[in-house]
Amino acid sequence: MSKYTLQVNGQSRTVDVATDTPLLWVLRDHLDLVGTKFGCGIGQCGACTVHLDGVPTRACLTPVSTATGMKITTIEGLSTDGSHPLQKAWCELDVAQCGYCQAGQIMTAAALLKRNPHPTESDVNDAMAGNLCRCATYYRIRQGIQRAVALTAGTEAST
Amino acid sequence: MSTLTLLNGPIDRRAFLKFSSLAGGGLLLGFYLRSSGEAFGADAIVNASAELPSGDFAPNAFIRISPQGVVTLISKVPESGQGIKTSLPMVIAEELSVDWKHVIVQQADVTKAYANPWYGAGGSSSTPNHYELFRRTGATARTMLTTAAAQTWNVPESECYAENSAIHHRPSGRTIAYGNLVAKAATLPVPQEKTLVLKDPKTYSLMGKRISGVDNPKLVTGQSLFGIDVKLPGMVYAVYEKCPVFGGKVVRANLDRIKSLPGVRDAFIIEGTSDVNGLMPGVAIVATSTWAAMSARKQLQVTWDEGKSAGDSWAGFAAKATELSNQPGAKKLRTDGDVASALSGAAHVVEAAYTYPFISHTNLEPQNCTAWYKDGGFEIWAPTQNPGAGEGLITKVLNIPGNKINIHVVRCGGGFGRRLGGDFMVEAAAIAQKVDAPVKLTWTREDDLRHDLYRPGGFHFLKGGVDKNGKVVAWRNHFVTFGNTTERPGNGAALGADEFPGRWVPNFQSEVTVLETATPMGFWRAPGSCVLAWVMHSFIDELAHAAGRDPLDFRLDLLGDRDLVPGSGERPQDYNVGRMRAVLKLAAEKAGWGKKLPRGQGQGIAFHFSHRGYIAQVADVTVAKDGALKVDKVVCVCDVGAQIVNLSGAENQVEGSIVDGLGTAMYQDLNIERGRIVQSNFNEYPMIRMPDTPTVIETHFVKTDYPTTGLGEPALPPLAPAVCNAIFAATGKRVREFPISKTNLSWS
Repeated sequence: MSKYTLQVNGQSRTVDVATDTPLLWVLRDHLDLVGTKFGCGIGQCGACTVHLDGVPTRACLTPVSTATGMKITTIEGLSTDGSHPLQKAWCELDVAQCGYCQAGQIMTAAALLKRNPHPTESDVNDAMAGNLCRCATYYRIRQGIQRAVALTAGTEAST
Repeated sequence: MSTLTLLNGPIDRRAFLKFSSLAGGGLLLGFYLRSSGEAFGADAIVNASAELPSGDFAPNAFIRISPQGVVTLISKVPESGQGIKTSLPMVIAEELSVDWKHVIVQQADVTKAYANPWYGAGGSSSTPNHYELFRRTGATARTMLTTAAAQTWNVPESECYAENSAIHHRPSGRTIAYGNLVAKAATLPVPQEKTLVLKDPKTYSLMGKRISGVDNPKLVTGQSLFGIDVKLPGMVYAVYEKCPVFGGKVVRANLDRIKSLPGVRDAFIIEGTSDVNGLMPGVAIVATSTWAAMSARKQLQVTWDEGKSAGDSWAGFAAKATELSNQPGAKKLRTDGDVASALSGAAHVVEAAYTYPFISHTNLEPQNCTAWYKDGGFEIWAPTQNPGAGEGLITKVLNIPGNKINIHVVRCGGGFGRRLGGDFMVEAAAIAQKVDAPVKLTWTREDDLRHDLYRPGGFHFLKGGVDKNGKVVAWRNHFVTFGNTTERPGNGAALGADEFPGRWVPNFQSEVTVLETATPMGFWRAPGSCVLAWVMHSFIDELAHAAGRDPLDFRLDLLGDRDLVPGSGERPQDYNVGRMRAVLKLAAEKAGWGKKLPRGQGQGIAFHFSHRGYIAQVADVTVAKDGALKVDKVVCVCDVGAQIVNLSGAENQVEGSIVDGLGTAMYQDLNIERGRIVQSNFNEYPMIRMPDTPTVIETHFVKTDYPTTGLGEPALPPLAPAVCNAIFAATGKRVREFPISKTNLSWS
């Protein structure tokens, strides 16, 4: 067991865990941030996607030691009040079915929109291909991303 | 419940609902149901069990209105992504004329109060089971609130109407909000069911609109909702290793070594049962965190008695099926006319074998359950579609009576039929029984893929004949399927005597042979239909092409002119041909059926009736020369009765069914070797991802004057045949084996 101090959603959090503990389980079991989901444990489904220094990363494959010193953002910290354009678009378009994968989808999409604010359908397909949705809501996820683009544009236009 | 409304004399079984005031001030509307599910007379929300004949009544409570006007509606169907936690409360809210913004939806615990109709989600039954009942529930509350307002104003009720969470007096324009009527309404008798006036659907202001799911704000901000998110004070974390061979048992395990590992609280063998649908034997590891348990498991060494099914293999089953293909089936399912002579007289005869593998449900949230053993009973938090299954298994295997099992149903990260089983619940309970703390059992993805209740594989050996006029005159099918005994197909492995086109072809013969396997089988989204529609509509397409006929015209001819074809056999179900013809024609029209397309592009059409829904689909596909498949567009027309409850949820179910149906057809494939599932995780078990999602999905709902029914399943079955028929149109290649990825679609 070792102590690690992590910067999670703008807060400093210290945990005492085994050195090989994946960030996923640190978040879920030790920090009670359960929005980041366990789906496969091998980086195939994307349900555990978080941002490390802004880069979408599989928390299930990231040892806690690697995440130390990096800025960790989880779905709980994407916005303070659910007001990120993707969160708003997801509610507006009722994207989710079971919803289990959607935190990971939103985190991947948020990183996409940050580096590419106006993605084409092909950009979206490429960026989102690592995130499984078992309910197969991909059709709405596409729409949700484009809606978030529009909401962002609207915000920019009005300010 | 000390402030109960007085009963109006003896319980009136023909009356329906009752308000009663709550201890906290407010109204609680409930009703009683007979165990058959029939709604009938009721009175106060009392612990009626003591006063009413044992087992005959159970109180039910669905509406609560506080003096502040907050309306709490109870959801008593598990939410697994089908949207029912939003849509069923909408039915009540519509008739209650409450502003949806004022509504809070709460998930009911599993108590007798919510036992009827079934507390469960499966068979797309939730909407048909509750729709009319919930309309009356809402209307009763609205009626009583109206009466309360009329009495308050001393005006005739006919001058009052309900709208936006308030009663309005038409002549004077006065208004009283529901919250202010609560106290009076609570003292009123329940109106007779026959006096209830339901709203004219034309006046609906909520139903039929697109309403965002009630849990969406929590979902998009990562709040705790799912079973796997449950955390209790002092909780410990468990993993459970089962024999990779179904039916295998533990001989010994290195428990002492495991118990010495960091964070491990305990490790023990669970004997389990010999029934593959019971409690599977295995080794439990209980630790202070999920990762500690998973890490320790890597050191676990178990010697298994693999049992009698260690020789099972898919290759072996397939060889056996091929061997059987030319033999009569073990059991006749349907025999009409004389197939042999009809085939010999047919102008066109086609013979084909169709095969599909076992597949998994792969809920993205792996199976999990939290159980706490205390005071000789269990408190359980389960992401389940069917709490009764878990309760039943716990009672059967662990000998704990149902009244000592308290189940909290939490949101399911996917259902698709997987969570109809109670296996993960009884495992958690069996582990918790040996631990002095609440225990959360979490399966790994590998556990989930290797210990599912699988969608059974199957083999169809078909021969069909078309006469010189292009009519189907003969159909023969020897279906080779699976069961845990040869006597009976497993769950989801049966072929009904009425399966289309049974009853439509004059000379028709279907037979079945069941291969024995220890592999557990379960209901998978649109059980049976999810593969049978593909087999039947692919083969119908083969017959159409053999006869040189347009696949749409051929199908319309096959359906014929009758409006209703009665069911036959053990579980007869009528088939409304008129409804099917209508959706089929509209799908063709909307999709521009018959348009000229270049080679490499094609349209395919299929229809299917299941779960009370009539669905037709047309797929437009492009197959590249290298064989890469792209579904460009799917047009889907659904007839699920008179009313779409939540348009957003309904469309989402259709879109999801289409993409799920496509992904299942394209990729999903489990292999069995040495009695075990070969694949372990998503790297070996591909699933559809965004790039393969159709570019356009167009959904149309045809409203007909039939009961409103469910949409979790019926839109899935027609997708695979529509796509495969389109592939044939594009390339001339007929897909007769799932997944599609096994067929080389390249062309030149």
